[in-house]
Amino acid sequence: MTLTQGTLEPVAPGEAAPDVDLTAAAGVAEVPPEILAQSLGEYFRAYWQKLKGGDSGLLPVLVAMVIVAIAFELITPENAFLRPSNLVYIFELSTVYMVLSMGEIVVLLLGELDLSIGAVALMGGVIAYKLIQTPSPNFPWWAAILVSLLCCGVIGGLQGILVARVRIPAFVVTLGGFLFFTGMIVILLGGADTSLGLDPTNPNQAVLYNLEQGNINVVVSWVATGVVVVILGSITWFRAASRRRSGLVAPPASLAAIRIALMAAAAVAVLAICTVNRGGVFATIQGLPWVIPVVLGILGFWTLLLQQTRYGRYVYAIGGNPEAARRAGVSLPWIRTWSFALCSATAGFAGILLGSFYYGQYSSNVGDPGQLVLYSVAAAVIGGTSLFGGRGKAIHGVLGGLLIGAIAYGVSLMNLGTLSIPLEYILPGAVLLLAVLVDVLSRRGARTGKDAARV
Amino acid sequence: MSEENEHGVGPHPSATAEPLLKLRGIDKHFGAVQALYHVDLDLPAGQVTGLCGDNGAGKSVLTRCIAGVHQPDRGQIYFEGRPVHIRQARDAAALGIETVYQDLALADNLDIVQNMFLGRERTHYQMLDEDSMERSAGETLAGLRVTSVRSIRQPVGSLSGGQRQSVAVAKAVMWNSKVVLLDEPTAALGVVQTRMVLDLVRRLRDHGLAVMVISHNLNDVFEVADRLAILHLGRMVAEAPAASFDRQSVVEYMTTGVSGGRPDPSYTPLEQPAEAAAETEA
Repeated sequence: MTLTQGTLEPVAPGEAAPDVDLTAAAGVAEVPPEILAQSLGEYFRAYWQKLKGGDSGLLPVLVAMVIVAIAFELITPENAFLRPSNLVYIFELSTVYMVLSMGEIVVLLLGELDLSIGAVALMGGVIAYKLIQTPSPNFPWWAAILVSLLCCGVIGGLQGILVARVRIPAFVVTLGGFLFFTGMIVILLGGADTSLGLDPTNPNQAVLYNLEQGNINVVVSWVATGVVVVILGSITWFRAASRRRSGLVAPPASLAAIRIALMAAAAVAVLAICTVNRGGVFATIQGLPWVIPVVLGILGFWTLLLQQTRYGRYVYAIGGNPEAARRAGVSLPWIRTWSFALCSATAGFAGILLGSFYYGQYSSNVGDPGQLVLYSVAAAVIGGTSLFGGRGKAIHGVLGGLLIGAIAYGVSLMNLGTLSIPLEYILPGAVLLLAVLVDVLSRRGARTGKDAARV
Repeated sequence: MSEENEHGVGPHPSATAEPLLKLRGIDKHFGAVQALYHVDLDLPAGQVTGLCGDNGAGKSVLTRCIAGVHQPDRGQIYFEGRPVHIRQARDAAALGIETVYQDLALADNLDIVQNMFLGRERTHYQMLDEDSMERSAGETLAGLRVTSVRSIRQPVGSLSGGQRQSVAVAKAVMWNSKVVLLDEPTAALGVVQTRMVLDLVRRLRDHGLAVMVISHNLNDVFEVADRLAILHLGRMVAEAPAASFDRQSVVEYMTTGVSGGRPDPSYTPLEQPAEAAAETEA
């Protein structure tokens, strides 16, 4: 593709017109600090500006995590909240919300909402557990997962077609889907009281069982984590360095170093927690749960898809300005339909994880579809994804999911008796409202700031 | 596009030759409403043509006919002398005709580079080739002197109105475009921002592009246009070098279709719309 650079050579100096200086841009608040910063000091100043402007990125969810951790540690009986066994349990519980939330985020990015995600997740779980039952159909584990995700994807795709082509509001379509599939789960299970079980001694079924229950050998987990951190770290480092060399926008080297160090520290912290023997004196249970690398893999997949492909770019564009995307030749119905399909397929995997979390027993009450939806949206918004489309990342679902899991489990630890079940709804609900409030206020703050600055 | 490289500042030498884009006898109606009657228009390379007209004069319809959003009922569009059919926006883009709409069509949450390449992203093994896109966008902006390499990655939502307009224009000229249609480029801009955008329009002209500026604002039109074309109730009532008009005559053409009591030579008196519609049907 030849660009018009040739025709755009600078005009003769005689006809000097004032250059358009984009650095004079008004809305400093919205500019990611790493773009303007040349040094670490500048970065922190720009970051502070951004915080003051209401766009706080990952900071609120991280701060909230620290507050929740300290608060529950103080108020739970025997100060049990931060014991490694409990923390690992929270990791395992949260992975369900993390995966659900990553699915929900792609739909939120479009400015839509998927309320059926909880019911579809349970559908996915039931389908996979049905398919892997012995003696028949006795699918291999990978085929069971694949078929289940495919079914969920088709469900999502059909809902997406109703939203994207027929233009029924997503709220209505997915509310209908939520009720429809909540009923379908019971039919698939064969009755409200039946449950599907996995036998951990069957090597095929054990794979699904061990998703949440299995641990990676301690030595292997340290070595593998080390390798992954080194690979990701060097990619981050060398990419930034090469972009700086060729004069492209890149964060300062010190910032890249800090990011890599934080990533390594987080990995070491999680591993250190997971490798403590949490089984007590009678049995040794230690090691990284399998589900953690699996969820990080899903995070990597979604991050790559959203940040590095045309599909992802169009998702953001539609969320930001559908008309701009349409004029740019983007097929809105196509992207919307695929997003609903991918969202539901991701949810299906969360459903499979949910069964494994409950020791391989699937029944109609492993999860409340309504609560799962609430948690997934809450996790996304708490993590920093906007309900209004166009802003958000897959990592928001992971961090938000961890926070939601921590709150849900913290409440259940507190021996509140009859209050504990209602509080599992009330607290995340309140946190969700708070997060949405922050989202709305920050958008309003950013907009007034920008309007004021416009000449 | 390389032929334009040799030409420097000032009106394009080929301006006197065959116009780059030529419209002849364009008719367009919507139901019973005749929006355009036998409109002729020339857009020469290296010149800014100002398209004026009151509300409902047919400026937008004419623009959309060129951009491929609407198709004329009758008449012919010539591009570089050959007749062309612009059936959809993609056809216009393929010819090198780009339109900057009034509402800009930029996504606030995407950065400048992402907006400029929206819909035409470069990929490398299915992954976006950000480095190459950033470099090209930076070069285009530098060529138009809309630049600061440091902040090319900032979201468009953080830009001021004039800067957004500049990005929209830069986006339009990135693609080997030869004709740029600007719909009300200075509407809703302040004085400084307007100046910035008008300077940019001149630079497009100096690069040899055929530019059409649709505007209500006569100040802006007179400041930047080499030629003026004036629509009145769907008819082209005047089309001539800007120097042959004064403000008074333009206002008269825009409001009454005539100036100084004498109609333009090319102007035929206005029939009743119903008759006119019947006439074109016949």
